Amino acid sequence: MYLGYAAGVGKTYKMLEEALELKHQGMDVVVGYVEPHGRKDTIAKVVGLELVPRRKVQYKTATFEELDTDAILQRHPQVCIVDEFAHTNVPGSERTKRWQDVQILLDAGIDVLTTMNVQHLEGLNDQIWQITGVRVRETVPDWVVKDADEVIMTDLTPRALLNRLERGVVYAPDKARRAMENFFQESNLVALREMALLQTAHEVEVRQSTQDEVEDVLRNLKPGALALTPQAASQKERILIHVTPAPASAALIRRGRRVADYLHADCFAVYVESEEDSKRAPTPEFEALEKHLSFARNLHIETRVLQGKDAAKVLVDFARQQGVTQIFVMRTHENGWPHIFGRDLLRQIVHLARDMQVTIVAERGRSAKL
Amino acid sequence: MAKLTEQRPDPNQLLRQVQAEEQEQRGSKLKIFLGYSEGVGKSFRMLDEGRRRRERGEDVVVGAVQPKVPDEINSLLQSLEVISCKTIAGVPVMDLSSIVARHPQVCLVDGLAYDNPPGSAHATRWQDVQELLAAGISVIASVNLQFIEERRDQVEKITGKHVTATVPLSFLKAADEIELVDAPPELCMVRAAQGTKPGSVLATRQQHLSELREIALVLAADVVDHQLEAYMRSHGIEQLWGAQERILVYITPQASSSKMIESGRRNAERFHGELFVAYLDQPGITAKDQAALHSNLSLARAAGAQVVTLDGDDPVDAILEFAKARGVTQIFVGQTSDRGWRDRLFGTTVDDLVRVAQGMDVRIFPK
Repeated sequence: MYLGYAAGVGKTYKMLEEALELKHQGMDVVVGYVEPHGRKDTIAKVVGLELVPRRKVQYKTATFEELDTDAILQRHPQVCIVDEFAHTNVPGSERTKRWQDVQILLDAGIDVLTTMNVQHLEGLNDQIWQITGVRVRETVPDWVVKDADEVIMTDLTPRALLNRLERGVVYAPDKARRAMENFFQESNLVALREMALLQTAHEVEVRQSTQDEVEDVLRNLKPGALALTPQAASQKERILIHVTPAPASAALIRRGRRVADYLHADCFAVYVESEEDSKRAPTPEFEALEKHLSFARNLHIETRVLQGKDAAKVLVDFARQQGVTQIFVMRTHENGWPHIFGRDLLRQIVHLARDMQVTIVAERGRSAKL
Repeated sequence: MAKLTEQRPDPNQLLRQVQAEEQEQRGSKLKIFLGYSEGVGKSFRMLDEGRRRRERGEDVVVGAVQPKVPDEINSLLQSLEVISCKTIAGVPVMDLSSIVARHPQVCLVDGLAYDNPPGSAHATRWQDVQELLAAGISVIASVNLQFIEERRDQVEKITGKHVTATVPLSFLKAADEIELVDAPPELCMVRAAQGTKPGSVLATRQQHLSELREIALVLAADVVDHQLEAYMRSHGIEQLWGAQERILVYITPQASSSKMIESGRRNAERFHGELFVAYLDQPGITAKDQAALHSNLSLARAAGAQVVTLDGDDPVDAILEFAKARGVTQIFVGQTSDRGWRDRLFGTTVDDLVRVAQGMDVRIFPK
């Protein structure tokens, strides 16, 4: 995956460069989907590569073009180029997201080169919003990116990118002007770029430690080798996220997941339901909760619904029993949520969980111009 | 938070302002391409930028090239004007006087880390570059991670290769722009034409390359962060913000500080973030507490933390003020013991901190 921080940094170009190099080495390479956006350097790179025609999809009154996964499966190349990993397919497509199509190709043994911008990572959604004011809707769960064999940073300085925009290389003049007034403000770009660099560093680090862990296991298989010390085994962190129907739960889940990823920790999410709750007919709150729990599962977080009167006690007892090292709870703005989601519950949790870490995540507000 | 930030100047405006000022002062700019290993394609990227600038009408010359160049770079060089290095005592040295006399707008310098032989105008090539910049000539240069002075030992541990000529990190940080050149390690290996080695060596080399990549990425992020922070700081933006995780560990004589510091270190390392360890300066502290504090502070320094002394009567205010000013994203505090009815009624330090901390996580550690 070629990771970038904005349109126009050269992800597609770099990807095609590698594709040509692979072809040169004798690999069977096809283009499944490339969006050249009329950029002439990029177009020049596609020349000389075999294109698998795109699938035409009729939706309402317009025709859209999508990746033709079936055609690629049939053609079965060694390597397939699929641009814009985070893309959402037109309604009515077999799969909602392009990354799901990519998984089909990978499962069939086809290698894929793809591109994505860092702001499409689910785990960064709140931070991106905080900095740019843009709530990115097309997101990709972090684990999907973690599954990539390699993540390569496509770097370009913000000033060079802005120059490109001004020269009309990236977008048509009208769109370029609008872009520069909004998302493409230089301070945004600097922050996004730093995020992309750090994310790539993280992806590199994760792959190294996976390698180390595999080697540890192999070493343990050899006779006479040192076994993993109990201490090393017990150092593995376990993170428990306390989910409520409050809207802020989504941000809490993202944050918990992200911290778990960085600490290489296990991660699960729990809702504590009172007995009255379980008897009552479905309410909007219940639906909100269901949405949060399914969101958590999409991020590969195991979820559990527990029952009991005393939410704090049930939560902490469960955590203790599960060997949890860190509980994640949300501090919402005290804005009229029933008080059980508010401070009292939080204080009770902190009071009861004296043998583990409790992380209180304050809802991230967005400041005037950040 | 909104109230605080409303009075802030627009960072974009500030960025432009500062850039304009800088440009005016010097007139020349320095851009550096940083690679994590040979074969990533730094030289190509740099020369290609030279070619494109030339096509757009800028006056570009090449002031230094690597001794051995692959074909694709040779063909790029054909399209550019080259002022060859002079070879003195077997060392290639940039022909400064010819470049300054020719006075192009942009000079390309492939390879920054060279020591000049005795008797040269400057001891190192990066100092030659400084002279070009001072003469009003912009420079685009390339450098490999292993030649960054502050990372040399780290890289040497990985690769086992020792280099003598280096470039200080401060030189990179002072550059107007730095661009990281990243590429898949396998491609680098193919390009570096080491394909004849046995598999195990290749695997080792791939592992090395991936470690080098991580260091280079973090270094580039650090330089970018440094630039962003400098802009904001120099223009009185109160609460810093950015892309990096910044962890503040608040220690007291009561808390199990060593565990918190160790956790802070591990978290900062995993997040490639910054670590601060802070304590409140309290008069009348017992000798025992003083000793505990000292040992914790040396622990903090060993963990690579920046140690901070907070002043003030109220720890919560002091912590928050610092955290806001430094863009802290996570505060680590120790669980306080419940000291009776007063705490239950009015809340403890931890309660207060949780209540008032905006936009940051508070992590409470067991005693």
